Amino acid sequence: MKYFRSHVLVCVDPECLNKGAHQVIDALNDELVATGLINEVQVLETSRIGGCANGPEMMVYPEGVHYAGLTTDDVPFLVEEHFLKGRIAKKFLIPGKSIEDEELSAPTSKEIRVVLRNCGQIDPENIEDYIAEDGYMALGNILSSLSPEDVIEVIKKSGLRGRGGAGFPTYLKWQLTRNTPSDLRYVVCNADEGDPGAFMNRRVLESDPHSVIEGMTIAAYAIGASQGYVYCRAEYPIAVATLNRAIEQAKSIGLLGDNILGTDFSFNLEVRMGAGAFVCGEETALMSSIEGNRGEPRPRPPFPSVKGLWGQPTNINNVETYANVPQIILKGADWFASMGTEKSKGTKTFALAGDINHTGLIEVPMGISLREIIFDVGMGIKNGKEFKAVQTGGPMGGCLPKEYLDLPVDYESLVQAGSMMGSGGMIVMDEDTCMVDIARFFMEFTQEESCGKCTPCRVGTKRILEILERICDGEGRDGDIEQLEMLCQEIKSNSLCGLGQGAPNPVESTLKHFRDEYEAHIYNKQCPAKVCKAMIRYEIMEDSCTGCTVCARNCPVNAITGERRQPHLIDPDTCIRCGICVQVCNFNAIEVV
Amino acid sequence: MTIVKENEQRMLDAVEKAIQQHGDSRDELIPILTDVNRTLGYLPSEALEEISRKLKSPRSQLFSVASFYHMLSTKPRGKHVIQFCESAPCHVVGGREVWQALQDTLQLDSGETSEDGKWTLITTSCLGLCGVGPVVVIDDDAYGNLTAEQIPAILERYND
Repeated sequence: MKYFRSHVLVCVDPECLNKGAHQVIDALNDELVATGLINEVQVLETSRIGGCANGPEMMVYPEGVHYAGLTTDDVPFLVEEHFLKGRIAKKFLIPGKSIEDEELSAPTSKEIRVVLRNCGQIDPENIEDYIAEDGYMALGNILSSLSPEDVIEVIKKSGLRGRGGAGFPTYLKWQLTRNTPSDLRYVVCNADEGDPGAFMNRRVLESDPHSVIEGMTIAAYAIGASQGYVYCRAEYPIAVATLNRAIEQAKSIGLLGDNILGTDFSFNLEVRMGAGAFVCGEETALMSSIEGNRGEPRPRPPFPSVKGLWGQPTNINNVETYANVPQIILKGADWFASMGTEKSKGTKTFALAGDINHTGLIEVPMGISLREIIFDVGMGIKNGKEFKAVQTGGPMGGCLPKEYLDLPVDYESLVQAGSMMGSGGMIVMDEDTCMVDIARFFMEFTQEESCGKCTPCRVGTKRILEILERICDGEGRDGDIEQLEMLCQEIKSNSLCGLGQGAPNPVESTLKHFRDEYEAHIYNKQCPAKVCKAMIRYEIMEDSCTGCTVCARNCPVNAITGERRQPHLIDPDTCIRCGICVQVCNFNAIEVV
Repeated sequence: MTIVKENEQRMLDAVEKAIQQHGDSRDELIPILTDVNRTLGYLPSEALEEISRKLKSPRSQLFSVASFYHMLSTKPRGKHVIQFCESAPCHVVGGREVWQALQDTLQLDSGETSEDGKWTLITTSCLGLCGVGPVVVIDDDAYGNLTAEQIPAILERYND
């Protein structure tokens, strides 16, 4: 492998591309040739490194200098200053922002990076970068010295469990698939990350695709499979392109395909794209989609490990599960098992979103408390507001109130509390959130995404949504709460797949922890958080209003009247509660009552 | 050549190309449909018929697949498809205003195509770009950190 004294990583995410990242890369390479530095400085493409507000952005290593806002005309100056004279080109420097990644910032003291260790650090388009970070060493080790049974034993000892959310022991899945008699077995990676707000898997696929490929190859060796598929959602075109390129590169140097590393083990890998259906994240629906059919789930058992793709034994794991595997082989089962709790080992990635100061990806050891995640890693609630609830596990998870802040984050504790691990989305909500409205929002999602095959899910989610909409519109009736509870119970116990079985969770958990809010909506026709439009009014406070007329001019329905320099008035019958007046008022003179 | 024949030829070419690339096996149906959808903008019933002949699969099955997935359309779409992310993380950082601006500027509702066939406005599930919400994707270009004011200027870029 060639050595360079300096590496320039240019961000090529869509925003920087729009601002001419490719032209700047071409100009850099031309200039490096012209100055004779092309063998000393390497220009690489990388995923997102900064805000992209002032793109194209780039990082220069080993200094770790972050430049932004360059055009092709600035390139000769930069090359001369930085690479010839060795001075930092201050003009383009982003101060105090040496490595700022909006999705993934430098780890805080409570974080441990295992799955995300290479993200943003290596060039995902170059297999040599991955190899330089001990990539494919685990595959080499097992092919030369471990039997498939030994590999399963290592995974068993490590305690790795499925990162897709359900937490099934990974070794057991592998063993079941291996022990089902068949000539043909498949390995499948579930990269259909559909939970709103969750993008951990996308980031791994885009920034470190080989860790997933290596993990899958090791799994294929362990279970005796020769063909694999990565099922990636079509909403992630860059991840699909990166993966395809990575697979080609691995093939070209004998790390995939026939006779891997000169042994008689062969494994072929293909990427299959979804076409926009949330339910395809469910494993039986996913297989149906790979086979070219409607992505509808089927009853289990038989489980995929017995009867999967085209009726053959199939092992399905999540992106994050596979990405852990090479590390476990390399560093040992004991190392992995030293992190986490008794039953949940290792680390877990989460995507923090909502009313939290530090949004983005994090990776923490299992067993850390929600409080530590939200207040230490996530740096607390935005604008100094009060924490109200956190939604874990995506649209099929539950909302946990502040009494649960000290709950350890592991598979069992979360389920016991009425939520679940899920794939790792975490939406934090502050005091201004209406929990009935949130339940309605999630129900809207699951109702829309229900595939329609089984009645409890298809009809039940619709009925729940109707009741919730009625409550939010101020037309809740006595008996609605009891009916919701009954519906939740029925849908949970009678639905075919995880989507239906989990769909009532947001409603059940908010009913359990925030019942008073439902009651206020139904019996007092009040929305305590002042969110539900049917139950709020906007009023102008006479004392604060200066009569500047800004609100009246911006009101889309002309509901505000008043003379210049005189306090204005909102007509509640005309007002559509759009809230524009509150946003445009410079004197905070409009309040919600 | 008449316009009708030209369109038919374009449709046949699209199907032929997709099948050549992916093979005429039933397993490849979704990639084939995706490619044809991309080339023609949607899946005309004549195209489904042609694919059905080539794959030796009943049209009913093809239609059941084509109508299941959000990204496949059996109705004509505009030259540029605008996808607005409607999921929670974008919603809470000002997505609603951006959505309103899109609807106002284009005079379109969700799922509609403009009369001149230039724009189709649809909503999409989470694109995983939550760190830079609100997010809009036009054709293959993603735009993040959007405000309502930026919408007209961005749409201007597609004047061709």
